[in-house]
Amino acid sequence: MPEILDHARTRVLDDGAGLDEAGILEVLRLPDEDLPELLQLAHDVRMKWCGPEVEVEGIVSLKTGGCPEDCHFCSQSGLFASPVRAVWLDIPSLVEAAKQTAATGATEFCIVAAVRGPDKRLMDQMRAGVRAIREAVDIQVAASLGMLTKEQVDELAEMGVHRYNHNLETCRSYFPNVVTTHSWEERWSTLTMVRESGMEVCCGGILGMGETLEQRAEFAAQLAELDPHEVPLNFLTPRPGTPFGDRPVVEGRDALRAIAAFRLAMPRTILRYAGGREITLGDLGTRDGLLGGINAMIVGNYLTTLGRPATADLELLKDLKMPVKSLSATF
Amino acid sequence: MYCDRCGEPGTHPECTAARELEPPRYCPDCRRRMKVQVVPTGWTATCVEHGDRHG
Repeated sequence: MPEILDHARTRVLDDGAGLDEAGILEVLRLPDEDLPELLQLAHDVRMKWCGPEVEVEGIVSLKTGGCPEDCHFCSQSGLFASPVRAVWLDIPSLVEAAKQTAATGATEFCIVAAVRGPDKRLMDQMRAGVRAIREAVDIQVAASLGMLTKEQVDELAEMGVHRYNHNLETCRSYFPNVVTTHSWEERWSTLTMVRESGMEVCCGGILGMGETLEQRAEFAAQLAELDPHEVPLNFLTPRPGTPFGDRPVVEGRDALRAIAAFRLAMPRTILRYAGGREITLGDLGTRDGLLGGINAMIVGNYLTTLGRPATADLELLKDLKMPVKSLSATF
Repeated sequence: MYCDRCGEPGTHPECTAARELEPPRYCPDCRRRMKVQVVPTGWTATCVEHGDRHG
């Protein structure tokens, strides 16, 4: 067994402490022949520190496109020649989407808006939407509305939003290559305020944007320092018209190594499959990731792209004998 | 007829493959960019001239 896996078995599996940045990098550099052993260890860590349940979530875009920011991976930026047009979802459609999500067995419903941060119109729409969902659907509501002021953090918490997503997207050293219209530190500031409010912190990012393995390890270590309740892990899906539109997709084995490495960095977090797994991993790889550290997934469609049918993922969980986390288990 | 992914005339194997995981963006009848709303279980694409398409 490679020395780093021996070390991880003691430090992470036995003691529940995450690997440091150097250890994460060693894991990311493991050769393919060590991948099965790495995935097994990451799975053992997940089972010991998180359990067999899988948290299922649906996401929907309340406000699509027309964003003033220049996140180079995003088709919703108004600064690129992307075919995505600006559009708002009305409240009845939002409630219907929440109902459809709950019908899959999901316990989480995340409302997302493509904005730098919310204005009064968006906050009013959120208030009306969260109220309507809570009256009609038994599901936990999360939100992702960009950078927040302290007042907006408090307002969302008061509305009943229980978890707030704000991805750092990549490590601090690579962030200026991905976004130039705001800073990594501004994102960190929002995350700090969210934590202080009592809302759960959801923070992850996208792999495959041109970062080095060293920067991938740096990112996992920075997330571990933040210690979020949930880490959504995306793999870049190059979008037409964006600066990253011609980037290659992450190779499947590299993606699996990253999943295991992030699990070994954060043994207790909810590590969620987010966008890109369909292209990067396919069906078999999706299964391997669930047996290699993942314990949550977004089911159904994403914000501007489509996913596998929720039924296909739920069948897979059934095959793997991984129960879907119930709503009562989330309180 | 226009490709509903890239808006160019005709059909393109790369676009056809990509469309398995993407909603349409251009109206195949007039090439206008459509307003597209994706929800967890489907999508609606609206052309101001040719109406709604669903998937």
